[in-house]
Amino acid sequence: MRIRTERDSCISSGACVLEAPQVFDQDEDGVVVLLQESPAPDVADAARNAMMACPAAVITIDEDT
Amino acid sequence: MADPRHILVVGGSAAGLSTAEALRRFGFDGALTVLEAEAGGPYDRPPLSKQVLDGSWAPERAALFPAERLARIGFGHLTGVRAVSLDRRRRVVRTDVAGDLTYDELVIATGVAPRRLAGDRLPGVHVLRTMADALRLREDLLRGGRLLVVGAGFVGLEAAASARRLGLAVTVVDPDPRPLAGRLGPVVAGRLLGLHAGHGVELRLGVGVRRITRWGGRPDGLDLSDGAHLEGSAVLVAIGCRPVVDWVAGSGLDVGDGVRCDARCQAAPGVWAVGDVARWHHDGFGRSMRIEHRQHATEQAQVVARNILGAGVAFTPTPYFWTDHFDVRVQVAGFVPADATLRPVDGDIAGGRFVALAEHGGRVAGVVAWNSAKAFTAHRRLVPAFAARAAAGAPSRPRYGNEEQS
Repeated sequence: MRIRTERDSCISSGACVLEAPQVFDQDEDGVVVLLQESPAPDVADAARNAMMACPAAVITIDEDT
Repeated sequence: MADPRHILVVGGSAAGLSTAEALRRFGFDGALTVLEAEAGGPYDRPPLSKQVLDGSWAPERAALFPAERLARIGFGHLTGVRAVSLDRRRRVVRTDVAGDLTYDELVIATGVAPRRLAGDRLPGVHVLRTMADALRLREDLLRGGRLLVVGAGFVGLEAAASARRLGLAVTVVDPDPRPLAGRLGPVVAGRLLGLHAGHGVELRLGVGVRRITRWGGRPDGLDLSDGAHLEGSAVLVAIGCRPVVDWVAGSGLDVGDGVRCDARCQAAPGVWAVGDVARWHHDGFGRSMRIEHRQHATEQAQVVARNILGAGVAFTPTPYFWTDHFDVRVQVAGFVPADATLRPVDGDIAGGRFVALAEHGGRVAGVVAWNSAKAFTAHRRLVPAFAARAAAGAPSRPRYGNEEQS
């Protein structure tokens, strides 16, 4: 699994941090910060939840790498 | 139906597509069809009144889901096809150009459409809901002049800010003397209106619109209820939306204000509703609700998908929205009732950034933030977490009001 974020389109909802705090954080402006590009298996499902919860759809997960 | 073979989603915007994606994620491997009345690819709506209108984004950037994410779902995508009626007994949706579609489970995700004013259908009078609406309005704004906005809600004010960015004169009219006080509380609503005034937006509050005046087939102003006349070159009617339920009107479903559903977002056997169009029973608040926020569409989609596949969970979200104006982003989780007490927990309510709790009846009813997104996330957890309770299997009962917080 490999995660990408489009920081330029992030609307700083924090939904990803609420879903997967091990994988996502926010900078001082609230913009998403990716903590783990290839998250550990035990937080992979939380990362998927974050992708689906993001109201700006700026998180993309490539499951094949 | 525990093991549906064909799931039909009517409405291919955020709620419908998120439901399709969630169905796959939660293991549905049968046939999946998404019907969308608009032709062209799916797009996200929040940027329409902001970046698309002011031109800081090309329209393509508002595309909903990167292409590979959309392709990964694996579904039949019928675009430019409108559902015209529903026969629940035969489980058939009749369409305008694609014939009759049968289903085992139906998801209604047809969203909402803008309310209109009588006589407002002429070039130069706009609503703002679709990409085409936004591009038409933008084209008009690029001619300059004065934009007259009817309605000081979030869409009307975001569009007003975008028009100011483009250099237009802007007047906003609303019959409510204190618009948004019921959404942000009077203090924050007042600050937001003050922000607009400080950026040159003329506000005419507490006065209604009698009619749109015209000259040469285009609008040239508004007659107001106090007898005044405003001159302008374009009009945006932003007075809220109504659920798109005309196509299910004859089906026997309750569609008084949205498709009426139970706590699990089910309207009837084999019929579900999601997103702006759904009125469901929120077990946490103990009443039926319909929410038009963007976040809501994705959250409800997860629950609807799980329930179609048999999970049987109640949908009990804490509502969340954001809204952008000039250089300010306002975020709210929960509710900020007009008579709530605001208690700042970060920054100063009169300052450039703050987070405040909205206390109501001795409880935290919501959190509101002004340019404080990171601190907002930290304090958002203080709003009662109905979703977490439901996921943990806690008994569902009303927890909003005057109860003690456990």
